[in-house]
Amino acid sequence: MATTSPPGFRLLGGRIPYIEGPLKVSGRAEYTDDIKRPGMLFGGLLRSPWAHARLRSIDVRAARAMPGVFAVLTGERYPTPFGVLPMTHDETAIAVGKARYVGDILAAVAASDEVTAEQALRAIRVDAEILPEYADPKVGVLPVKEPIHARGLAGTNIQKEVVQHFGDVDAALRLAAHTVRVRGIFPGVTHAFTEPLVTIAEATPDGRLTVWSATQVPHYLHRSLSEVLGIPMHRIRVIKPEVGGGFGGKSDPLPHEIVCAALAIETGRPVKLRVDREDVFLTNHGRHPTQNDVTIATDPDGHILAYDIDALIEGGAWSSFGTVTTYYNGVLSMGPYKVPNFRYRGRRVYTNKPPSGAMRAHGGTNIRYSVEVALDELAEKIGIDPFELRRRNALPPGSTTINEFRITSTSFLRCLEAAREKSGWEGKFRKQPFGRGVGLGCGFYISGSNSPIHFTPKMPQSTVHLKVDMDGGIAVHSMQADIGQGSNTLLAAIVAEVLGVDLERVHVVRVDSDVSPIDLGSYSSRVTFMMGNAARLAAEDLRNKLLEAASHLVGHPVEQLVVGHERIEVRHRPEIGTSFLEALHAAMEHTGALTATGAYSSPPMGGTFKGARAGTAPAYSFAAYVAEVEVDAETGEFHVETVWAAFDCGRPLNRLAVEGQIEGSIHMGLGQLMGETMSYRGTRLMNPSLLEYKIPAPQQMPRVECLLVGEDDPEGPFGAKEAGEGPLVATLPAVANALYDAVGVRFATLPITPDRVVKGIEERRRSGRAWKGA
Amino acid sequence: MERGPAGSIRVNGQSYDRPFPPERILLDLLREDFNLTGTKRGCDLGTCGCCTVWIDGVPTLSCLTLAALAEGHTITTVEGLSSPSELHAVQRAFVERGATQCGFCTPGFIMTAAALLRDQPHPSREEITKAISGNLCRCTGYSKIIEAIEVAAAGTG
Repeated sequence: MATTSPPGFRLLGGRIPYIEGPLKVSGRAEYTDDIKRPGMLFGGLLRSPWAHARLRSIDVRAARAMPGVFAVLTGERYPTPFGVLPMTHDETAIAVGKARYVGDILAAVAASDEVTAEQALRAIRVDAEILPEYADPKVGVLPVKEPIHARGLAGTNIQKEVVQHFGDVDAALRLAAHTVRVRGIFPGVTHAFTEPLVTIAEATPDGRLTVWSATQVPHYLHRSLSEVLGIPMHRIRVIKPEVGGGFGGKSDPLPHEIVCAALAIETGRPVKLRVDREDVFLTNHGRHPTQNDVTIATDPDGHILAYDIDALIEGGAWSSFGTVTTYYNGVLSMGPYKVPNFRYRGRRVYTNKPPSGAMRAHGGTNIRYSVEVALDELAEKIGIDPFELRRRNALPPGSTTINEFRITSTSFLRCLEAAREKSGWEGKFRKQPFGRGVGLGCGFYISGSNSPIHFTPKMPQSTVHLKVDMDGGIAVHSMQADIGQGSNTLLAAIVAEVLGVDLERVHVVRVDSDVSPIDLGSYSSRVTFMMGNAARLAAEDLRNKLLEAASHLVGHPVEQLVVGHERIEVRHRPEIGTSFLEALHAAMEHTGALTATGAYSSPPMGGTFKGARAGTAPAYSFAAYVAEVEVDAETGEFHVETVWAAFDCGRPLNRLAVEGQIEGSIHMGLGQLMGETMSYRGTRLMNPSLLEYKIPAPQQMPRVECLLVGEDDPEGPFGAKEAGEGPLVATLPAVANALYDAVGVRFATLPITPDRVVKGIEERRRSGRAWKGA
Repeated sequence: MERGPAGSIRVNGQSYDRPFPPERILLDLLREDFNLTGTKRGCDLGTCGCCTVWIDGVPTLSCLTLAALAEGHTITTVEGLSSPSELHAVQRAFVERGATQCGFCTPGFIMTAAALLRDQPHPSREEITKAISGNLCRCTGYSKIIEAIEVAAAGTG
């Protein structure tokens, strides 16, 4: 199946088709909504029509009395607060006391069918006192009359404030030869995964609860269910069927998941709760609307002297991942560059809008855009090529950043070289006619958060179990969550690679907390790195047992044996050996089934100051993208023709999947750049549908040339690093800088719509500044 | 197109004669009544294309179609495209070229692409792009989907 694996590998490094592919193309892959349970009821949610209201009373008597209605729940039944981060539990499954945004859940019903559920919801009467609503984070930084949460900072709506200062920024600014200041303004964007949110729950008379859910982090869902429902984790079983995309939007434990379980407990019947597309938009947890002020100062030659950053980040109604977001908007701004002086203030402010959360390249996208646009401007000011500016500032391998990030591997310079050469930069930059341009944008992202969100009890971040039966089939268990990125395929391929067996022997068991050992799931681009290491260790553990058994069979010491294809043989004498199955049977003679375990925890790292762990990762990815655009100056429409995406993910283990991640990331990045916007009138979301919230169409996609130039990472599995989120961040500034090259207009505010392009060109002309003769 | 007897519907080669409520949506009929869950519900508004099936061979959004309008007609869903032993050429190409990531949009794309290649065995890249523009994919950026359809058209999969 796989082709072109590098020397020494049979599978890894080639193009490995996804193992669920045949099921997905034939409609046989099972997603949560495809599951039916006997006697299943349907849940419905009453959502708040008010952005901010005190709930005086909720009368559910009429709803409860309706035929076909099995249960009606309000907030007091399960008031225990929860949230994805242990330090900011500010959500409840159903609103208690207050509604905090249009869409907040006020009550829930379980009924025989969805129509009955809907009718029951309409029969619920809510008496509420309307409170002042807060749509603007600039208002929320000051003391307000009615703070959205009691935990807001000193009577304001500030959820989190981060202040960091390394070195001496004021002194550096005084010494600077060149300074550029950019104010970036970014509306919110959302994941727009194709599979809507859906959960099924079933409580059984043995006191157990089973939950099937479209989640990318089964373990955090498992914890939150236990905390809110008051049931020990070992009596809850979480199953993750196929998941139709997540991009961060299925990483928080979400209130509907807990409500669905609560309804199942109340009724004793299985309950399915589907969240329709409009309510998926209201559930949101997408990228934070942000305003950032970025000052970058350099010496006369373009060596960076300082960053000075202030970020105002809009959180919506809940904390979600927001504390992490607030740190990331600062600390993820520096790499891939050496920054000797760094000052940052970030404030995340609650508003009465759908919550912001983690979205692909979480916390690293908006700030990256401003930094890369500022660097483009600096290069122009200094009079050097944008590539040269980056080259002069590149972090070397084996270095430590000023905030004590450990940089082990970086192939950033190779990325720069590849992007420059393949794009034909030399002959294009500032040399093409008006309306045509190339731009450079670079990237840096974590390859797995070093800090697991839940660090007590101390436990590995990833665990993989293997179980082999007499027939030689290998069952792989892990709670890593494949949401389409291909982690099941990678898991199987790593096991097959280490054991020398065909991929068909390996079966990745569906995530099921009854049998899957804990892995923290799909977020922070951690899966390849952490699960990959755990899988490799598990497979090596199994291999060692087989080598031991084979040693007795062939009469050679273990040290002389190597794994061949479905075989164990003597090194350099492949004719002497034994088959995989013979070795397996010999190894099993006394044990029955053969099992093995691998676990991974990232090593200690990071500083000791407050917040030092935020952004620490066992490795980082690096990127240098060149985009080439063609602009129609009359209409302002532009087309991104090609993106040369030079990316350092260490050693790519499945080229098909890495390319897929890069191409998909570019699609998502372009969406945010060209038009995707969570559009509000006051606190009201005006475009909660895929018709009005437009993701790019196939016609808008550029040709993408993936240039995988990374060298092996010393700690990554077989040298690999992440490729899930880092590939997004360089996209946006590369296109913005290409637009500048094309028409001479800088865009600090997103999205860049045709009317703004036309306006920018007109303003430039009016001010008498010609660009490329136009 | 010729219609079968009233009250009957033909799904993936099998005829059914069963009454269904007039307000039943075709997508619900297929998913809930026929348990053909390969056809996906993505938006209920005809914007994402995940629910694409064929009515008499024509790609149609089943979330916007009343089941009553399909009465007497022939419906083909993704489950009916391939035989139990062999995938359709488009399906094979999607697997080989990595054109399916999360897979939720995939059945809709497959139905759109298979109809295109049936009617136009050698489409240009522009024609492929145009044909799939009613289907949304959030994972792949469409690159590998277009590539897979080209591969299927060329018969080189």
